[in-house]
Amino acid sequence: MTHVHRVVVTGLGAVTPLGLTNASYWEGLKAGRSGIGPIENISGAAELSQKNAAQVRGFDPLQYFDERALSTLDRVSQFPVVAAREAIAQAGIEFDMPLSQRTATIVGTGAGGQNTLDDNYRRLYVDNKTRVFPLTVPRLMTNAPASQVSMQCGLRGPAFVVASACSSANHAIGLSFQMVRSGMVDCAVTGGTEACINFGTVRGWEAMRVMAPDTCRPFSKDRKGLILGEGAAMMVLEPLERAKARGANILCEIVGFGMTADAADLTAPDLGGMTRAMQQALDEAKLAPQDIQYVNAHGTGTAINDETETKAIRQIFGAHADKLAVSSTKSMVGHALGAAGALEMVAVVMAVRESVVPPTINYLGSDPACDLDVVPNEARAMPVNAAMSNSFAFGGLNAVLAVKKFS
Amino acid sequence: MTDVAKDVIEIIAKKKRVDKPTVELTDRLEDLGLESLDAVEMIFDLEEKFDISIPYNANTNNPRTEFDTVDDVVKAIEKLVAEKKS
Repeated sequence: MTHVHRVVVTGLGAVTPLGLTNASYWEGLKAGRSGIGPIENISGAAELSQKNAAQVRGFDPLQYFDERALSTLDRVSQFPVVAAREAIAQAGIEFDMPLSQRTATIVGTGAGGQNTLDDNYRRLYVDNKTRVFPLTVPRLMTNAPASQVSMQCGLRGPAFVVASACSSANHAIGLSFQMVRSGMVDCAVTGGTEACINFGTVRGWEAMRVMAPDTCRPFSKDRKGLILGEGAAMMVLEPLERAKARGANILCEIVGFGMTADAADLTAPDLGGMTRAMQQALDEAKLAPQDIQYVNAHGTGTAINDETETKAIRQIFGAHADKLAVSSTKSMVGHALGAAGALEMVAVVMAVRESVVPPTINYLGSDPACDLDVVPNEARAMPVNAAMSNSFAFGGLNAVLAVKKFS
Repeated sequence: MTDVAKDVIEIIAKKKRVDKPTVELTDRLEDLGLESLDAVEMIFDLEEKFDISIPYNANTNNPRTEFDTVDDVVKAIEKLVAEKKS
């Protein structure tokens, strides 16, 4: 593939359990604040065995959309539109012609309009109604988040949703990176979204038997599993020359992307799939392992992910693994599935930009199987010149991004 | 053999991954080749069959060490069924 352009990030937006803007999210991450708490404001919450999740709290859709627009928008589409508006405002771009037609909208989501599905099933099977809401189908279709961002922000280039479970956002950002780099588009608005905290979906996760009853403690001793999260993060990518020419504030450069499939177990992590994706990202970035200071880990808090990811990091980084800062921001915002990689990419961009690495909170002490420096419980001020962000999905689909401080 | 034992054996037999014509109470789950998703499915089948709730978290429980043999599963189910009746 020809690499015509260097690709930079010029805008970030986020709707998260720690705050409804990128700034409040990043402040929460730096403070080591937990966005995990009792599940509220959903039908059937009291009946659930799982009591805790990382919900987006205090999000009033009417602050962002009028009622007519809201009838078309599942929560999974509301989040990325709000985040995209923020990212575009920060980038300071007007999407007039011809740029509008040269801008991609690529959004990752694991499951799409789960709340619409759950609400309508409840109507049909519990309330014995005979009709569902008229816009049920366009609300819940998996591509809705990308369609809504493109419509609401006036983006007329390639637009689609990428679905690869917990790697969806990294795949979306990685594809956008490749499209901008190759010159196929002049700009991309990309990220990920998920809104999966509803009765039916949480029941589904209960049945997998992988959730922690209390909280998420990645890489810690006595960790008990993952905690579901929700939210969205979106970012603006553009070629370096274009960003420079318009005097944009360049937040960082994306330099590498690796993606692999395990072709092994459906749900168990695979050392080979993880390491091949990480190595590809490094190779493409022309970075040596010792060039990286920070890894934002997939770090779900399950027994087996964290142990396998530790092995993968040790295998790729060798002796340098002991000098790396490795943290899991899922300890604060839970596992937002299709949004996870985007929320984590924002953390990585901000870490590179502000020379602060967010912590792994809820850390109780070392597990010998996860013997990395996981930045326990408190953020750390340190120079970050280059960083990596890992996503490893159910289904054995892995996607890893590498970024560098822009200089 | 109790009815519970017969039902448990029938459920475990569906999940085994080794070529063995019958499942015995003395068989070890490990020797039957049960993998982690098999265990999750087996527990669901047991819960449905006996209308009980089996506390199990794949991160902190290991069915192959906590329930070494088929008979260990039978005893655990009989206990949960008895608790439910009382």
